[in-house]
Amino acid sequence: MLELHDITAGYDRKAPVVRNASLTVAPGEAVGLLGPSGCGKSTLARVAALLHRPESGTLLLDGEPVRHWRHRAPRDLRTAIGVVFQQPRLSADPRLRLIDLIAEPLRATGRRDEVPDRITELTPAVGLTPDLLDRRPHEVSDGQLQRACLARALVLRPRWLICDEMTAMLDASTTAALVAAVENYRAATGAGLLAVGHDQTLLRRWCDRLLHWDEVAAAGMGKLPRASGLREPSVVPPAT
Amino acid sequence: MTVTDRPPVLSVRGLSVRFLMPGGRRIAAVTDAHFEVAAGECLALIGESGCGKSVLASALLGLLPSNAQSAGQARLGELDLLAADERTLTRTVRGRLIGLIPQSPAAHLTPVRTVRSQLEETVGALTDARGRTAVRSAAESAAERAAFPADHLDRHPHQLSGGLAQRAATALALVGDAPLLLADEPTTGLDRDLVDHTVDELRRHVDDGDRALLMITHDLAAAERIADRVAVMYAGRIVELANTEAFFGTPGPRHPYSRGLLDALPERAFLPIPGMPPELGDLPDGCAFAPRCEQVTDACAALPPTTSHIACHHPHVPEDLRA
Ligand code: SF4
Repeated sequence: MLELHDITAGYDRKAPVVRNASLTVAPGEAVGLLGPSGCGKSTLARVAALLHRPESGTLLLDGEPVRHWRHRAPRDLRTAIGVVFQQPRLSADPRLRLIDLIAEPLRATGRRDEVPDRITELTPAVGLTPDLLDRRPHEVSDGQLQRACLARALVLRPRWLICDEMTAMLDASTTAALVAAVENYRAATGAGLLAVGHDQTLLRRWCDRLLHWDEVAAAGMGKLPRASGLREPSVVPPAT
Repeated sequence: MTVTDRPPVLSVRGLSVRFLMPGGRRIAAVTDAHFEVAAGECLALIGESGCGKSVLASALLGLLPSNAQSAGQARLGELDLLAADERTLTRTVRGRLIGLIPQSPAAHLTPVRTVRSQLEETVGALTDARGRTAVRSAAESAAERAAFPADHLDRHPHQLSGGLAQRAATALALVGDAPLLLADEPTTGLDRDLVDHTVDELRRHVDDGDRALLMITHDLAAAERIADRVAVMYAGRIVELANTEAFFGTPGPRHPYSRGLLDALPERAFLPIPGMPPELGDLPDGCAFAPRCEQVTDACAALPPTTSHIACHHPHVPEDLRA
């Protein structure tokens, strides 16, 4: 299980962008989290991906409470989660060739010897061709770079995948191809998925269960009238 | 095939753009594009990133980099945009003949100045309004036409929501009363509700009958909502030009690439087109879609001519037309 309980998080203590958010993803389940842009859903996704430390609340990964985030998170937890973001150009190191971009997590975790096999498997799985692997990000299209970012997210065979607006910048065919690559990986490994986005049609088609932001979290900053005091705790959606 | 019977505002004939790369490589970014847009009409140019649609827009605005060569014609009234010099482009084309609605309004607006001051500056540059009061009221009326609220005029761009920033950018594009509006991916990154809202507002500026709108987008739902006609681009060529209703409804698209693109939508089959688009620096001699096409035959090794607005040797034939 990936469980987020009563998470409050943000960048300014006085105005958290996420308040009292809770959701769970069961192993093998695909959960879509739908919300307008700026609602805080990406911040919650970063908390779940161990990339942003919440101010309060708990994250349980397969029953184990997470106590440290970012580089302080224990390696076995970090390698259990793969993340793909909206903008590949912001998340990919522009100096790295695609092959190094994909292989880097293996090298960083001392699994260098797996590189050739994983590259051979993942290149066709995400729809890349071997000739593209030697190029740097500026020499490929947004769609090709996002395919490489997905391969990187899968390279350590994570049990959990977090896709934050993975396809928002992409055309219909590349979107369908990337979602198919994620689903093939999940079918083969039983990984769970949290897909965050604003496209209801897409998430409905992709996921087993769809959550709306306002049933996951209390109203965010600016929307919560100060005078009304504390909100009711948000409802934890039942896990299937 | 224009929806109105008016003469076209923009008429593009045989437009091609080549980039000359170091080492003598040539990139065929746009090849032999033909289309027209009339007043009161919206044409959506659709295709995936890297298909050449943004290069085509840059060519119309005279914003190609120095290593680009263009050929063909793009007539806007009496003027051929491709032959115009920089002085003409700056003084009469950008803003006056073509109003540009940019992809990222936040990047287009100057962060340190209020919306009012940017509008007033544009009014001063593009219209005959002179004197504080006249400029002020012209700026306010441009804001009003774009439904930008008057009580937000003194705000800075970062104080605006995505929707209001988009309206501020639209107001700037409307100031010069240009006969052609060119919208470059105006809905990228917006939520669906805001996409609908943005394209409905753009449509309103066309529906008053004086302006033509060319919208460049990879968002098929936005194209369906706003456009009278769609032009599908693949590997630098317009491979299909169709009425929006026929394209998205029945009988549906006829070019195999267009059919694949619609089938990829999550509300349809959600099946990707196999493979990836070709490199524009290394296009095959025949049909560029051939390696991905289910209908491919030996004939496709020759470049398909454009017949009835479709560039394909074996276009889809709707059921009821089959003998
Ligand atoms: S010309 Fe041939 S390969 Fe190209 S789209 Fe038509 S059928 Fe397919």
